[in-house]
Amino acid sequence: MIDFLDYAKAFVVGGGICVLGQILLDRTKLTTGRIMVIFLLSGMVLSAVGLYEPIVEFAGAGATVPIVGFGHCLAQGVIQEVGSEGLFGIMTGGLKATAGGIAAAICFGYLAALLSNPKSKG
Amino acid sequence: MQNVNILKDQYDDIVKKHSPKNFVFKNIFRAFWVGGTICCIGQAFSNYYYYLGLNQTQASSATTITLIFIASVLTALNIYDKIGNYAGAGSIIPITGFANSMVSAAMEYKKEGFVYGMGAKLFSIAGPVIVFGTIGSVIVGVLYYIF
Repeated sequence: MIDFLDYAKAFVVGGGICVLGQILLDRTKLTTGRIMVIFLLSGMVLSAVGLYEPIVEFAGAGATVPIVGFGHCLAQGVIQEVGSEGLFGIMTGGLKATAGGIAAAICFGYLAALLSNPKSKG
Repeated sequence: MQNVNILKDQYDDIVKKHSPKNFVFKNIFRAFWVGGTICCIGQAFSNYYYYLGLNQTQASSATTITLIFIASVLTALNIYDKIGNYAGAGSIIPITGFANSMVSAAMEYKKEGFVYGMGAKLFSIAGPVIVFGTIGSVIVGVLYYIF
């Protein structure tokens, strides 16, 4: 029962972020890749100025699953790494925090494409 | 000639009448519930990993990896594209859309070979995301270091 509210929050916030994307998709001529980059960068900016962390605390996966959360993860990673490692952390922090997701996307992505049969697409 | 002029005057009305009526709300509704559902699935995995003893950051990272895995499999089975046709941004904005963009591009160029086909095209949409993400994180790091 305690979980139910968490799921409701995740649903509404995550769905809401997707609606913003849908509006951009319908009303502008932006392509998929550009919308992803825009959402990623806005996540980083919001995260860097400290506005995204409260949303994550409120909505959980509703805020971390959209690509905005990927930007948040990059920004928080670099901020923490600069805090602990200093200057060197500028280069390592962001990718270190998101390494799991990127490695997974590359490995699973390549494997899945390798094993798939594109002919069945038609 | 008269007819053509009348037609010209009415052109806007005719276009309005025949162009699809506000699909915007339907699209928004679809994006909302599919996107929300994907986030709920993420929440379920996140809760499970947290329950297994991972901390919040690790659980979130593990959730991302799991969702990417599921999206890759669904894309390879041609199921994710169908979800995408229905849900639009509801399937693009979640991290699953990132995985889908990689797999579908790689699948499309499979015949061009394992290296320059799949290896390169894997990044045709995901590449910019990683490039701007990395550059952005360095900028954030520099700003944070200075201030």
